[in-house]
Amino acid sequence: MSVEVRLPTLLRPAANGKAVVTATGGTIGELLANLQRSYPAIQGQLLTNEGSLHRFVNVYLNDDDVRYLDRLDTRVSEGDTVSILPAVAGGAH
Amino acid sequence: MARHSSVLDLIGETPLVDVSSLSPNPRVQILVKLEGQNPGGSVKDRPALAMIEQAEKDGRLEPGATLLEPSSGNTGIGLAMVCRVKGYHLKVVLPSNVSVERRQLLQVFGAEIIESPGSEGSNGAVRLARSLAEEHPEWVFLYQYANPANPRAHFEGTAREIYRDCPEITHFVAGLGTSGTLIGVGTYLKDKKPEVEVWAVEPPAGEAVDGLRNLDDGYVPPIFTEGGGEELLDRKTIVGPRDSIEWTRRLAELGIFAGISTGAALAGAVKCAKTIDSGVIVFVSADGGWKYLSTDAWTGDIDAVVERAKQTIYF
Repeated sequence: MSVEVRLPTLLRPAANGKAVVTATGGTIGELLANLQRSYPAIQGQLLTNEGSLHRFVNVYLNDDDVRYLDRLDTRVSEGDTVSILPAVAGGAH
Repeated sequence: MARHSSVLDLIGETPLVDVSSLSPNPRVQILVKLEGQNPGGSVKDRPALAMIEQAEKDGRLEPGATLLEPSSGNTGIGLAMVCRVKGYHLKVVLPSNVSVERRQLLQVFGAEIIESPGSEGSNGAVRLARSLAEEHPEWVFLYQYANPANPRAHFEGTAREIYRDCPEITHFVAGLGTSGTLIGVGTYLKDKKPEVEVWAVEPPAGEAVDGLRNLDDGYVPPIFTEGGGEELLDRKTIVGPRDSIEWTRRLAELGIFAGISTGAALAGAVKCAKTIDSGVIVFVSADGGWKYLSTDAWTGDIDAVVERAKQTIYF
Protein backbone atom coordinates (compact mmCIF):
# COMPACT_ATOMS: atom_id res chain seq x y z
CA MET A 1 0.00 0.00 0.00
CA SER A 2 1.44 3.34 -1.04
CA VAL A 3 -0.13 6.55 0.26
CA GLU A 4 0.54 10.26 0.27
CA VAL A 5 2.02 11.70 3.47
CA ARG A 6 1.92 15.45 4.09
CA LEU A 7 4.79 16.75 6.16
CA PRO A 8 4.79 19.86 8.36
CA THR A 9 7.23 22.64 7.51
CA LEU A 10 9.61 21.69 10.28
CA LEU A 11 10.07 18.12 8.99
CA ARG A 12 10.59 19.09 5.35
CA PRO A 13 14.33 19.77 5.62
CA ALA A 14 14.70 16.14 6.73
CA ALA A 15 12.84 15.01 3.58
CA ASN A 16 14.89 16.90 1.00
CA GLY A 17 12.51 19.86 1.31
CA LYS A 18 9.45 17.93 0.15
CA ALA A 19 6.00 18.84 1.51
CA VAL A 20 4.39 15.64 0.28
CA VAL A 21 6.07 12.24 0.08
CA THR A 22 4.79 8.76 -0.61
CA ALA A 23 5.30 5.96 1.85
CA THR A 24 4.27 2.33 1.97
CA GLY A 25 2.68 0.32 4.75
CA GLY A 26 -0.56 -1.35 5.73
CA THR A 27 -0.78 0.51 9.03
CA ILE A 28 0.21 3.95 10.29
CA GLY A 29 3.03 2.34 12.30
CA GLU A 30 4.48 0.57 9.25
CA LEU A 31 4.14 3.75 7.24
CA LEU A 32 6.03 5.86 9.77
CA ALA A 33 8.74 3.22 10.13
CA ASN A 34 9.21 3.14 6.33
CA LEU A 35 9.23 6.93 6.23
CA GLN A 36 12.06 6.97 8.76
CA ARG A 37 13.98 4.42 6.68
CA SER A 38 13.61 6.57 3.56
CA TYR A 39 14.49 9.79 5.39
CA PRO A 40 16.76 8.89 8.32
CA ALA A 41 16.93 12.55 9.44
CA ILE A 42 13.29 12.20 10.55
CA GLN A 43 14.36 9.52 13.03
CA GLY A 44 13.47 10.45 16.60
CA GLN A 45 11.07 13.22 15.57
CA LEU A 46 7.93 11.11 15.13
CA LEU A 47 8.32 8.17 17.45
CA THR A 48 9.78 7.94 20.95
CA ASN A 49 12.46 5.40 21.85
CA GLU A 50 9.66 3.21 23.18
CA GLY A 51 8.06 3.28 19.74
CA SER A 52 5.00 5.38 20.58
CA LEU A 53 4.00 8.67 18.97
CA HIS A 54 5.91 11.74 20.12
CA ARG A 55 3.72 13.77 22.50
CA PHE A 56 3.66 16.87 20.28
CA VAL A 57 3.04 14.99 17.04
CA ASN A 58 -0.45 14.42 15.70
CA VAL A 59 -0.93 12.03 12.79
CA TYR A 60 -4.17 12.23 10.85
CA LEU A 61 -5.63 9.59 8.58
CA ASN A 62 -7.62 11.74 6.20
CA ASP A 63 -9.22 14.07 8.80
CA ASP A 64 -9.06 11.82 11.86
CA ASP A 65 -6.38 11.88 14.56
CA VAL A 66 -5.06 8.30 14.68
CA ARG A 67 -4.66 8.50 18.49
CA TYR A 68 -8.43 8.03 18.62
CA LEU A 69 -8.60 5.38 15.91
CA ASP A 70 -6.26 2.42 16.45
CA ARG A 71 -3.15 4.53 17.03
CA LEU A 72 -0.14 3.01 15.20
CA ASP A 73 -2.24 -0.05 14.30
CA THR A 74 -4.72 2.08 12.34
CA ARG A 75 -5.20 0.45 8.91
CA VAL A 76 -4.34 2.48 5.83
CA SER A 77 -6.10 1.98 2.48
CA GLU A 78 -5.37 2.98 -1.09
CA GLY A 79 -6.27 6.62 -1.73
CA ASP A 80 -5.98 7.67 1.93
CA THR A 81 -4.01 10.76 2.85
CA VAL A 82 -1.89 10.85 5.97
CA SER A 83 -0.92 14.19 7.51
CA ILE A 84 1.67 14.75 10.20
CA LEU A 85 1.23 17.91 12.25
CA PRO A 86 2.72 19.33 15.42
CA ALA A 87 0.22 19.75 18.29
CA VAL A 88 -0.52 23.42 18.94
CA ALA A 89 -2.92 25.39 21.10
CA GLY A 90 -6.44 25.41 19.67
CA GLY A 91 -7.72 28.24 17.56
CA ALA A 92 -4.55 28.27 15.49
CA HIS A 93 -5.68 28.59 11.98
CA MET B 1 -37.33 34.39 37.70
CA ALA B 2 -36.54 37.06 35.14
CA ARG B 3 -35.29 39.71 37.57
CA HIS B 4 -31.62 39.65 38.55
CA SER B 5 -29.31 41.80 40.61
CA SER B 6 -26.29 41.18 38.33
CA VAL B 7 -25.72 40.29 34.70
CA LEU B 8 -23.38 37.55 35.95
CA ASP B 9 -26.44 35.67 37.23
CA LEU B 10 -27.42 35.18 33.58
CA ILE B 11 -24.41 32.95 32.83
CA GLY B 12 -25.38 29.35 32.12
CA GLU B 13 -28.77 27.63 31.78
CA THR B 14 -28.58 27.84 28.01
CA PRO B 15 -31.19 26.19 25.77
CA LEU B 16 -30.97 23.00 23.70
CA VAL B 17 -32.62 23.16 20.28
CA ASP B 18 -33.48 20.18 18.08
CA VAL B 19 -31.93 20.51 14.63
CA SER B 20 -32.59 16.93 13.52
CA SER B 21 -33.88 18.16 10.18
CA LEU B 22 -30.17 18.55 9.31
CA SER B 23 -29.36 14.96 10.30
CA PRO B 24 -28.24 12.72 7.41
CA ASN B 25 -29.56 9.70 9.31
CA PRO B 26 -33.29 9.53 10.20
CA ARG B 27 -32.49 7.39 13.26
CA VAL B 28 -30.10 10.00 14.66
CA GLN B 29 -31.42 13.04 16.47
CA ILE B 30 -29.16 16.12 16.67
CA LEU B 31 -29.52 18.87 19.28
CA VAL B 32 -27.48 22.04 19.67
CA LYS B 33 -26.72 23.79 22.94
CA LEU B 34 -26.77 27.52 22.28
CA GLU B 35 -23.97 28.98 24.36
CA GLY B 36 -24.26 32.25 22.48
CA GLN B 37 -27.19 32.94 24.82
CA ASN B 38 -24.77 33.74 27.63
CA PRO B 39 -24.62 37.49 28.43
CA GLY B 40 -21.08 37.93 27.09
CA GLY B 41 -22.18 36.07 23.96
CA SER B 42 -20.22 32.83 24.25
CA VAL B 43 -19.57 29.60 26.13
CA LYS B 44 -16.48 31.27 27.59
CA ASP B 45 -18.55 33.26 30.08
CA ARG B 46 -18.69 30.07 32.12
CA PRO B 47 -14.94 29.47 32.61
CA ALA B 48 -14.32 33.23 32.85
CA LEU B 49 -16.64 33.57 35.85
CA ALA B 50 -15.50 30.28 37.39
CA MET B 51 -11.79 31.13 37.14
CA ILE B 52 -12.29 34.58 38.66
CA GLU B 53 -14.47 33.30 41.50
CA GLN B 54 -11.93 30.58 42.27
CA ALA B 55 -9.09 33.13 42.30
CA GLU B 56 -11.15 35.30 44.69
CA LYS B 57 -11.68 32.30 46.99
CA ASP B 58 -7.96 31.54 46.88
CA GLY B 59 -7.14 35.14 47.82
CA ARG B 60 -5.28 35.74 44.53
CA LEU B 61 -7.41 38.76 43.52
CA GLU B 62 -7.14 41.99 45.50
CA PRO B 63 -9.66 44.75 44.68
CA GLY B 64 -8.51 46.60 41.57
CA ALA B 65 -6.14 43.78 40.54
CA THR B 66 -4.84 43.44 36.97
CA LEU B 67 -5.38 40.17 35.10
CA LEU B 68 -3.57 38.88 32.01
CA GLU B 69 -4.92 36.25 29.61
CA PRO B 70 -4.15 34.89 26.13
CA SER B 71 -7.34 34.53 24.11
CA SER B 72 -8.45 34.41 20.51
CA GLY B 73 -11.43 36.45 21.69
CA ASN B 74 -14.23 34.77 23.54
CA THR B 75 -12.46 34.09 26.84
CA GLY B 76 -11.11 37.61 26.72
CA ILE B 77 -14.61 38.99 26.19
CA GLY B 78 -16.07 36.86 29.00
CA LEU B 79 -13.27 37.87 31.38
CA ALA B 80 -13.60 41.52 30.34
CA MET B 81 -17.30 41.48 31.18
CA VAL B 82 -16.75 39.83 34.57
CA CYS B 83 -13.81 42.15 35.33
CA ARG B 84 -15.93 45.20 34.51
CA VAL B 85 -18.64 44.09 36.90
CA LYS B 86 -16.16 43.27 39.65
CA GLY B 87 -13.77 46.19 39.19
CA TYR B 88 -10.64 44.40 37.91
CA HIS B 89 -8.38 45.46 35.05
CA LEU B 90 -7.78 43.05 32.18
CA LYS B 91 -5.04 42.75 29.58
CA VAL B 92 -5.79 40.31 26.76
CA VAL B 93 -3.10 38.89 24.49
CA LEU B 94 -4.97 38.62 21.21
CA PRO B 95 -3.68 37.32 17.84
CA SER B 96 -3.83 40.17 15.32
CA ASN B 97 -6.00 38.18 12.87
CA VAL B 98 -9.23 37.78 14.82
CA SER B 99 -12.46 39.32 13.53
CA VAL B 100 -12.81 43.05 14.19
CA GLU B 101 -15.89 42.49 16.34
CA ARG B 102 -13.90 40.51 18.89
CA ARG B 103 -11.54 43.42 19.31
CA GLN B 104 -14.45 45.87 19.55
CA LEU B 105 -16.19 43.83 22.25
CA LEU B 106 -13.03 43.75 24.35
CA GLN B 107 -12.97 47.53 24.10
CA VAL B 108 -16.65 47.76 25.08
CA PHE B 109 -15.76 46.19 28.41
CA GLY B 110 -12.60 48.25 28.85
CA ALA B 111 -9.99 45.53 28.34
CA GLU B 112 -6.53 46.44 27.13
CA ILE B 113 -5.40 44.54 24.01
CA ILE B 114 -1.83 43.29 23.58
CA GLU B 115 -1.35 42.00 20.02
CA SER B 116 0.48 38.79 19.19
CA PRO B 117 1.51 37.87 15.63
CA GLY B 118 -1.47 36.55 13.67
CA SER B 119 0.73 34.08 11.82
CA GLU B 120 1.42 32.29 15.12
CA GLY B 121 -2.29 31.86 15.95
CA SER B 122 -3.36 31.04 19.49
CA ASN B 123 -0.05 29.31 20.09
CA GLY B 124 1.70 32.67 19.67
CA ALA B 125 -0.75 34.38 22.05
CA VAL B 126 -0.14 31.68 24.65
CA ARG B 127 3.63 32.01 24.29
CA LEU B 128 3.60 35.81 24.60
CA ALA B 129 1.22 35.75 27.58
CA ARG B 130 3.39 33.24 29.41
CA SER B 131 6.50 35.34 28.98
CA LEU B 132 4.63 38.53 30.04
CA ALA B 133 3.32 36.70 33.11
CA GLU B 134 6.88 35.84 34.08
CA GLU B 135 8.00 39.44 33.65
CA HIS B 136 5.02 40.75 35.63
CA PRO B 137 4.38 38.61 38.69
CA GLU B 138 2.10 41.42 39.95
CA TRP B 139 -0.43 40.56 37.22
CA VAL B 140 -2.79 37.69 37.97
CA PHE B 141 -2.44 35.04 35.29
CA LEU B 142 -5.53 32.80 35.39
CA TYR B 143 -4.37 30.93 32.27
CA GLN B 144 -7.41 29.10 30.89
CA TYR B 145 -5.27 26.34 29.32
CA ALA B 146 -4.05 25.14 32.73
CA ASN B 147 -6.75 26.33 35.15
CA PRO B 148 -8.85 23.47 36.60
CA ALA B 149 -11.73 25.94 37.15
CA ASN B 150 -12.14 25.97 33.34
CA PRO B 151 -13.19 22.31 32.90
CA ARG B 152 -14.92 22.42 36.29
CA ALA B 153 -17.24 25.18 35.07
CA HIS B 154 -18.36 22.77 32.32
CA PHE B 155 -18.51 19.76 34.65
CA GLU B 156 -20.74 21.63 37.10
CA GLY B 157 -22.68 23.72 34.58
CA THR B 158 -22.76 22.79 30.90
CA ALA B 159 -22.66 19.03 31.51
CA ARG B 160 -25.37 18.93 34.19
CA GLU B 161 -27.66 21.00 32.02
CA ILE B 162 -27.12 18.71 29.04
CA TYR B 163 -27.72 15.52 31.01
CA ARG B 164 -30.74 16.99 32.78
CA ASP B 165 -32.29 18.27 29.54
CA CYS B 166 -31.30 15.29 27.36
CA PRO B 167 -30.64 12.14 29.42
CA GLU B 168 -31.02 10.08 26.22
CA ILE B 169 -27.75 11.54 24.84
CA THR B 170 -25.43 8.99 23.16
CA HIS B 171 -22.78 11.28 21.60
CA PHE B 172 -21.34 14.64 22.61
CA VAL B 173 -19.53 16.81 20.02
CA ALA B 174 -17.65 20.05 20.71
CA GLY B 175 -14.80 22.13 19.39
CA LEU B 176 -11.32 21.61 20.82
CA GLY B 177 -9.54 24.79 21.94
CA THR B 178 -8.40 24.81 25.55
CA SER B 179 -10.27 21.46 25.83
CA GLY B 180 -12.21 22.82 28.85
CA THR B 181 -15.64 22.03 27.38
CA LEU B 182 -14.69 18.53 26.20
CA ILE B 183 -12.91 17.55 29.43
CA GLY B 184 -15.56 18.98 31.76
CA VAL B 185 -18.62 17.77 29.87
CA GLY B 186 -17.02 14.51 28.73
CA THR B 187 -15.96 13.54 32.26
CA TYR B 188 -19.40 14.26 33.70
CA LEU B 189 -21.30 12.43 30.97
CA LYS B 190 -19.07 9.34 31.13
CA ASP B 191 -19.50 9.26 34.93
CA LYS B 192 -23.27 9.23 34.50
CA LYS B 193 -23.44 7.14 31.37
CA PRO B 194 -20.17 5.41 30.40
CA GLU B 195 -21.38 4.47 26.92
CA VAL B 196 -21.60 8.11 25.81
CA GLU B 197 -19.02 8.89 23.11
CA VAL B 198 -17.12 12.18 23.11
CA TRP B 199 -16.04 13.64 19.77
CA ALA B 200 -13.67 16.58 19.36
CA VAL B 201 -13.66 18.84 16.32
CA GLU B 202 -10.64 20.98 15.54
CA PRO B 203 -9.81 23.54 12.86
CA PRO B 204 -7.00 22.82 10.39
CA ALA B 205 -3.67 23.80 11.90
CA GLY B 206 -2.75 26.11 9.04
CA GLU B 207 0.00 28.68 9.23
CA ALA B 208 0.53 28.61 12.97
CA VAL B 209 2.33 25.29 12.82
CA ASP B 210 4.52 26.52 9.97
CA GLY B 211 6.09 28.96 12.41
CA LEU B 212 7.28 26.21 14.74
CA ARG B 213 11.01 25.74 14.73
CA ASN B 214 10.96 22.40 16.44
CA LEU B 215 8.51 19.94 17.88
CA ASP B 216 9.17 21.04 21.42
CA ASP B 217 7.42 24.31 20.54
CA GLY B 218 4.27 22.20 20.25
CA TYR B 219 1.63 22.50 22.88
CA VAL B 220 -0.92 20.29 24.58
CA PRO B 221 -3.05 22.16 27.16
CA PRO B 222 -2.26 21.00 30.72
CA ILE B 223 -5.99 20.68 31.47
CA PHE B 224 -6.22 18.19 28.56
CA THR B 225 -3.37 16.07 29.90
CA GLU B 226 -4.43 16.32 33.56
CA GLY B 227 -8.06 15.66 32.66
CA GLY B 228 -7.11 12.42 30.91
CA GLY B 229 -8.10 13.82 27.52
CA GLU B 230 -6.49 11.06 25.54
CA GLU B 231 -8.52 8.38 27.35
CA LEU B 232 -11.67 10.50 27.39
CA LEU B 233 -12.01 11.34 23.70
CA ASP B 234 -13.39 8.71 21.35
CA ARG B 235 -12.63 10.61 18.18
CA LYS B 236 -10.85 13.78 17.09
CA THR B 237 -11.50 15.10 13.63
CA ILE B 238 -10.49 18.15 11.59
CA VAL B 239 -13.18 20.26 9.94
CA GLY B 240 -12.04 22.81 7.37
CA PRO B 241 -13.41 26.30 6.75
CA ARG B 242 -15.58 25.33 3.75
CA ASP B 243 -17.54 22.71 5.70
CA SER B 244 -17.72 25.04 8.68
CA ILE B 245 -19.23 27.85 6.67
CA GLU B 246 -21.60 25.63 4.70
CA TRP B 247 -23.02 24.15 7.93
CA THR B 248 -23.18 27.57 9.58
CA ARG B 249 -25.37 28.64 6.64
CA ARG B 250 -27.55 25.54 6.95
CA LEU B 251 -28.21 26.44 10.58
CA ALA B 252 -29.31 29.92 9.55
CA GLU B 253 -31.97 28.24 7.36
CA LEU B 254 -33.42 26.98 10.65
CA GLY B 255 -33.27 30.48 12.10
CA ILE B 256 -30.17 29.74 14.16
CA PHE B 257 -27.59 32.49 13.84
CA ALA B 258 -24.37 30.96 15.13
CA GLY B 259 -20.64 31.57 14.85
CA ILE B 260 -18.45 29.77 12.35
CA SER B 261 -17.04 27.26 14.84
CA THR B 262 -20.64 26.10 15.38
CA GLY B 263 -20.74 25.07 11.74
CA ALA B 264 -17.55 23.08 12.33
CA ALA B 265 -19.08 21.34 15.36
CA LEU B 266 -22.24 20.60 13.36
CA ALA B 267 -20.13 19.15 10.54
CA GLY B 268 -18.57 16.87 13.19
CA ALA B 269 -22.04 15.91 14.46
CA VAL B 270 -23.17 15.11 10.90
CA LYS B 271 -20.08 12.95 10.35
CA CYS B 272 -20.86 11.17 13.61
CA ALA B 273 -24.50 10.66 12.59
CA LYS B 274 -23.33 8.96 9.38
CA THR B 275 -21.14 6.48 11.24
CA ILE B 276 -23.70 5.31 13.80
CA ASP B 277 -26.89 3.32 13.37
CA SER B 278 -29.01 5.37 15.75
CA GLY B 279 -28.55 7.79 18.63
CA VAL B 280 -28.91 11.26 20.05
CA ILE B 281 -26.09 13.72 19.44
CA VAL B 282 -25.68 16.94 21.42
CA PHE B 283 -23.21 19.49 20.07
CA VAL B 284 -22.13 22.85 21.40
CA SER B 285 -22.58 26.16 19.63
CA ALA B 286 -19.79 28.21 21.24
CA ASP B 287 -21.16 31.58 20.17
CA GLY B 288 -23.66 33.47 18.04
CA GLY B 289 -23.02 34.90 14.61
CA TRP B 290 -22.79 38.54 15.64
CA LYS B 291 -19.02 38.66 15.91
CA TYR B 292 -18.59 37.30 12.37
CA LEU B 293 -20.90 39.61 10.39
CA SER B 294 -17.87 41.48 9.06
CA THR B 295 -16.64 38.24 7.45
CA ASP B 296 -19.73 38.04 5.17
CA ALA B 297 -19.94 34.37 6.14
CA TRP B 298 -23.66 34.10 5.32
CA THR B 299 -24.00 36.37 2.31
CA GLY B 300 -20.64 36.43 0.55
CA ASP B 301 -19.49 34.25 -2.33
CA ILE B 302 -18.53 30.96 -0.67
CA ASP B 303 -15.06 30.74 -2.23
CA ALA B 304 -14.18 34.28 -1.16
CA VAL B 305 -15.55 33.68 2.33
CA VAL B 306 -13.56 30.46 2.67
CA GLU B 307 -10.37 32.23 1.61
CA ARG B 308 -10.97 34.97 4.19
CA ALA B 309 -11.78 32.41 6.88
CA LYS B 310 -8.40 30.81 6.28
CA GLN B 311 -6.78 34.06 7.39
CA THR B 312 -9.01 34.48 10.45
CA ILE B 313 -9.24 32.71 13.77
CA TYR B 314 -12.80 31.62 14.33
CA PHE B 315 -12.44 28.93 17.00
